[in-house]
Amino acid sequence: MYAQMIKTAHKGVHKREDMSPEERAFQDKIDADIKIEPRDWMPDDYRATLIRQIGQHAHSEVVGQLPEGNWITRAPTLERKAILLAKVQDEAGHGLYLYSAAETLGETRDELVRLLHEGRMKYSSIFNYPTLNWADIGAVGWLVDGAAIVNQVALQRTSYGPYSRAMIRICKEESFHARQGYHAIMKMAFGTPEQKKQAQDAVNRLWFPAIMMFGPSDADSTHSEQSMAWKIKVKSNDELRQQFVDQTVPQIEYLGLDLPDPGIKWNEERGHYDFSDPDWSEFFDVIKGNGPCNVDRLQNRVAAWEDGAWVRDGLLAHAEKKAARKVAAE
Amino acid sequence: MTVDKNLLLQFLLRQGDNTLILGHRVSEWCGHSPVLEEDIALANTALDLIGQTQMWLGYAAEVQGEGKTADDLAFLRDAWDFRNVLLTELPNGDFGQTLMRQFLFDAFQSVLMGRLMGSTDETVAAIAAKASKEVAYHVERSADTVVGLGDGTEESHNRMQAALEYLWPYVGEMFESDETDAAMAAAGIAPDPSTLRAEYDALVTRVLAEATLTLPESRYAHKGGRTGRMHTEHLGHLLATMQWLQRAYPGCEW
Repeated sequence: MYAQMIKTAHKGVHKREDMSPEERAFQDKIDADIKIEPRDWMPDDYRATLIRQIGQHAHSEVVGQLPEGNWITRAPTLERKAILLAKVQDEAGHGLYLYSAAETLGETRDELVRLLHEGRMKYSSIFNYPTLNWADIGAVGWLVDGAAIVNQVALQRTSYGPYSRAMIRICKEESFHARQGYHAIMKMAFGTPEQKKQAQDAVNRLWFPAIMMFGPSDADSTHSEQSMAWKIKVKSNDELRQQFVDQTVPQIEYLGLDLPDPGIKWNEERGHYDFSDPDWSEFFDVIKGNGPCNVDRLQNRVAAWEDGAWVRDGLLAHAEKKAARKVAAE
Repeated sequence: MTVDKNLLLQFLLRQGDNTLILGHRVSEWCGHSPVLEEDIALANTALDLIGQTQMWLGYAAEVQGEGKTADDLAFLRDAWDFRNVLLTELPNGDFGQTLMRQFLFDAFQSVLMGRLMGSTDETVAAIAAKASKEVAYHVERSADTVVGLGDGTEESHNRMQAALEYLWPYVGEMFESDETDAAMAAAGIAPDPSTLRAEYDALVTRVLAEATLTLPESRYAHKGGRTGRMHTEHLGHLLATMQWLQRAYPGCEW
């Protein structure tokens, strides 16, 4: 997952009569569900919007290593430690695919990383919440990756070919993570009273942040229309959120945990669960940088980058020397 | 030839504790590496080491015959029962120190695993056969990185030289021999570690020369890890973190 509040690079939806012939042909392809490929003509705004979305998604994968990495050294068994390491390694790999997808649009990874570190690009709000007990690791896999999958399954149909293909690959791994996460929290929920307490605490804390991952409600989502017309986005925030709630509530019930929101109730007429709105002021605070972990997360990433500068410089210098020696020998 | 069960257990703990403790150290890097590719590579290395731990400690628990599991051995022993060499428990330091430590250990493992594949103990031979594939990749990668950083910029060179000087006194312990090693050698289970030194030195000397690094002259060796006589102060902190959940909530399933 994990792109939220992506500003389309201009306001409103382009009207067909205002389109250039190239743009009209482009829109026809989109409407016919033909993927756009890197060398195809595309409107500047489409390119810019995609770079923002894919870049934010990539940053989320990379920053997302931190809350889970927080428990790798405390994982309670060798198997759990191996599973968690493999998962976090997968996330870093997703970051790589996505940065590569952004590169096909002409934006380098270094530039995107620079924008992140300067606070000019974001990552998903969810990673600004802490992981406080071991059950959080199960809950993150189950709820956070679960929410990501709902979003990303939809994005498999996105109009930009490299992004769509990255999503197909990523979804397979995310599904695996969600199952492993659920399995981990099952052990906690069905374990000792103390373990169950941890599981309940994790669900209570992470429920609303998880449903915030889909972004603000459609009524307040000002940037969606053009993204929908371009099929960068294929389902609305509220549709995706409802789908997530519908699939997750029975899973919470199966665990024998209390529902984290007293407003959750099956609505026979709608054929969906009703649920309470999250506190959107909290969401906007987190987006603005005031979440519980924003400062620490970014500082950690910046420190990793700055402390590693000598390594990158050293390896680059060696590669240049090696290439020069090869030329000299020829 | 049958071998004393307790001596075989000691040998297996030495193998499993090395990979457990180093795997833990490497896993501490997660999310903090100099570049995304290194985050992936370090997680991968840690993952391999934890996988090898499951095999070594799983077999150790079986040989011990007290109904314990690999997890019991990893999470419920105190520092004096650990049998890893001191090198593996040293702190990560900077990325250069982590990769130098990795190389010095990988080089040893690459020599050792090659021999263990011919062990008279079928389980030991099978574990070594599986681990040797991973170890071959680890040593190639850590050697390449040591060369790249040693022969990189002036700063990277100086950092790698400092890392080598800090770590070198911990290399000798890997080649120590005692009655456990003698018994393993006599039974054809494992070579006496002292017999691996020449091959190790040849490999390390070649890589460090390519890295333009200078091998320290002193052969002084800090020891006490593989016998359990005296670990560093660092191990207790590592165990406090690693074992915390199992200790705080005993007897749970996870």
